[in-house]
Amino acid sequence: MQPIESFEVPAPSKVNYINAQYGLKSWLLTKDHKRIALLYLASITFFFFIGGIYALMIRLELLTPQGDFLQSTTYNKVFTQHGIIMVFFFLIPSIPATLGNFLIPMMIGAKDLAFPRINLLSWYVYLVGGLITIYALLAGGVDTGWTFYTPFSTTFSNSYVVATGLGIFINGFSSILTGLNFIVTIHTMRAPGMTWFRMPLFLWSHYATSLIMILGTPVIAITILLLAFERVAGVGIFDPELGGDPILFQHLFWFYSHPAVYIMVLPGMGVISELVANFSRKNIFGYSFVAFSSIAIAVFGFLVWGHHMFVTPQSVYAGMIFSFLSFAVAIPSAIKVFNWTATLYKSSISYDTPMLYALGFIGLFTIGGMTGLFLASLATDVHLSDTYFVVAHFHYIMVGGTLMAYMGGLHYWWPKITGRMYPEGWGRFSALVIFVGFNLTFLPQFIAGYLGMPRRYHAYPPEFQVFNVLSTAGASILGFGMLIPAIYFVWSMRYGRHAEPNPWHLPGLEWRTQSPPPTENFEVTPIVTWEAYEFAPPEETEVVGRFGPELERT
Amino acid sequence: MSEHIVSVRVYITIFLALLVGTALTVAAAFFDFPWRLNTIVALTIAVAKATLVVLYFMHVRYSARLVWVIVASALFWMGILFAFTFSDYFTRHWLSTGY
Repeated sequence: MQPIESFEVPAPSKVNYINAQYGLKSWLLTKDHKRIALLYLASITFFFFIGGIYALMIRLELLTPQGDFLQSTTYNKVFTQHGIIMVFFFLIPSIPATLGNFLIPMMIGAKDLAFPRINLLSWYVYLVGGLITIYALLAGGVDTGWTFYTPFSTTFSNSYVVATGLGIFINGFSSILTGLNFIVTIHTMRAPGMTWFRMPLFLWSHYATSLIMILGTPVIAITILLLAFERVAGVGIFDPELGGDPILFQHLFWFYSHPAVYIMVLPGMGVISELVANFSRKNIFGYSFVAFSSIAIAVFGFLVWGHHMFVTPQSVYAGMIFSFLSFAVAIPSAIKVFNWTATLYKSSISYDTPMLYALGFIGLFTIGGMTGLFLASLATDVHLSDTYFVVAHFHYIMVGGTLMAYMGGLHYWWPKITGRMYPEGWGRFSALVIFVGFNLTFLPQFIAGYLGMPRRYHAYPPEFQVFNVLSTAGASILGFGMLIPAIYFVWSMRYGRHAEPNPWHLPGLEWRTQSPPPTENFEVTPIVTWEAYEFAPPEETEVVGRFGPELERT
Repeated sequence: MSEHIVSVRVYITIFLALLVGTALTVAAAFFDFPWRLNTIVALTIAVAKATLVVLYFMHVRYSARLVWVIVASALFWMGILFAFTFSDYFTRHWLSTGY
């Protein structure tokens, strides 16, 4: 046992990974995982902004029942592009490529990822995929929905399906390279003493995510390729007239795209495990259960894709199996939620901004997960399919889950990443605004969907207006809430209070080096002699949060 | 990790074998085999070719056990894709709903 007070944190050096080198070239050709994480951070923020503008347009159109802001064809493109940008270019890379990239080597006590050049390559591949997709959007856009369902996408759509598909195809390689890098790094580069069961749970969840990235992404690449072959060359894969089957597309698409939901949410779960344990200053309840539930989610997540196809001609017998397995995959997710909650029990909780996001995540993810079970039931799904209930459900997972975790993680590690503290008061305020705005946006959509409001229409019956007005009002609050951190994060980089090496007084390896870290992360390779989340006895560290023992002692 | 050097002769032999496989695929397309043999013949040739590529061009034959495990897990995952997709196709006609 090594009390937190006795950590040997090296005296702050003036040289760190940010100021070690200067100039554009030093960034564009960097092999430092921390700098690449920042490159990703800037890129995904850009795409998040674009996706957000599309969301704004959707909510504006739906403010009134008539299609008075956008034409139906434009609306089709707007919701499609919102989905494509947010899913493929923000949510999937969000936590792994930024926080994962930055923290995985630091958390295992390594100097970098196993393949630094491949890491940089993955960012360039991501950019190429992103630029091709943006070209497709500017050239005329795409209107198939982010799901590219056939035969509309192969035969009838007049939009830029192939160009968009090419962008996603290329972007997939970035995902594969990142996953590969993480797996090899976690296997081979752990510091002496850092056993698998001493790893922070953030690493377990990223390991599970990487498995999905490697095993699933090639399938979406092949599927998009087949779609392009059929659209361009008329090869009969999905067209019944040519001997194909349109449902085959959905099988192939969802074989990746359902596990992709776990690519989005598993890293978020890893962040939440860190936040819950560290901000309640207690070892996580049932470490190995939380760790293995990540792997279970990765494996079971591949066996449930047919629940997206209950209202297609998919065999009802296959539907029964998929329904059962979809219920089964809820178990490992529930294990996590219960274990986080049990960790909080009789712990010493501090309500700093990251913890507010973590608590928000637990509530919102639970609602998102439970409503998923409604959709996994064969009969209920017939009523709810293609309604706003589905939209609300997956936004609770993707925004209420992933985005909340991403924001929580960004606040939590911001002092380590930038060496500056964000303004805590504004942080808490914006976390609450985002929570309220989010719920006001998406809770009414559950009701509207349950009452029968279909998704993907620009006009709707007037009786649904009240829900849509609430939703648009909520989206405005949510958007405002997101702008506040955008402003104070930028502000804090110049004016924020200098961060100590370990501002939260935690045992993790990433906190045992200076903030921001040196290029090599650690002056000397650390030797790990403690368990994950091993806190000093309460009498030694009774004060929690930012104004912890350091100030008390001095 | 020591790199196994594959001789140019092996590469050329495999390349020629792949060409023969391609020729066989084209030739087989001109015959209408009975029962479901059309698909079976085409897939057999394709799998044989893919195996050659994986073993020799991708050096899996000379790689460590861990690489074999990775390859096996990829095949297993492909098995999942096939098995569950077929769970749909093979049972669709059990209920005569007109589909």
